Amino acid sequence: MKRTSALLSGLLFGLGLAASGMTDTRKVIGFLDIFGNWDPDLIFVMGSAVITTFIGFKFVLSHRAGPLFGSIFSIPTRSEIDSRLVIGAALFGIGWGLYGYCPGPALASIIYLSPVTIGFIIFMMMGMKLGNLFSK
Amino acid sequence: MENTLWPLMGGVLIGLSAISLMLSIGKIAGISGIAWGAFARETDRDDRSWRWLFLLGIVAGAFLLHFITGKPVPEMANTPVKACIAGLIVGIGVNLGNGCTSGHGVCGISRLSARSIVATLTFMATAIVTVAVSQNL
Repeated sequence: MKRTSALLSGLLFGLGLAASGMTDTRKVIGFLDIFGNWDPDLIFVMGSAVITTFIGFKFVLSHRAGPLFGSIFSIPTRSEIDSRLVIGAALFGIGWGLYGYCPGPALASIIYLSPVTIGFIIFMMMGMKLGNLFSK
Repeated sequence: MENTLWPLMGGVLIGLSAISLMLSIGKIAGISGIAWGAFARETDRDDRSWRWLFLLGIVAGAFLLHFITGKPVPEMANTPVKACIAGLIVGIGVNLGNGCTSGHGVCGISRLSARSIVATLTFMATAIVTVAVSQNL
């Protein structure tokens, strides 16, 4: 059941990404281009995703002691705001703005069978590896 | 504004996915973390399998959406060098910052995590600046 749940949750995520327009890099760039030809549509993705998740998490986490098919809710416990967090987030934003892909949409876009997407993903995984080496 | 229905629907589906992953197996739907754990050597077998299935689900879900609704597949910019450089920077960034749009932007903000709110404001700001600069070059 654990595996089926993961697959079904991923399926919902992929449906959502493709429906939302987040897999369209031109749309994403247009959304980020607030000083130019701004296309505000994607604000509704973040908005509705956060509202839905906020309500759902509140309900799930307050009504249950643990998940259906596991022992504990793995919730991040760290609270420190350090330079690593800010530098990492800043770099991520630069990469996101450069081409228009963040990790989820890039992975969902595998299905569009573009070598450019595959290139992005391979370099993204290498970047993660590099980041991991830096932080050791 | 006639195009707001797709983003709204998409966001709700992403939210439902995050809720479903938390309710069923107690995990945060942060894609960069899930992808990293799927590849990382130190992940144990049981932990690895749900990650791969989740990622497989994402790809299958995107396929289904276009297949069922007939929504046109987006055209992407054919700039492979730029895409690879962007990918590399995204990878380093999400690893150092422990998350991306999904983990910090959706799940983290929904938990009112201060770390995630700072991360989200930061990456939104640098993404906006990057686009402003690159669109005007």
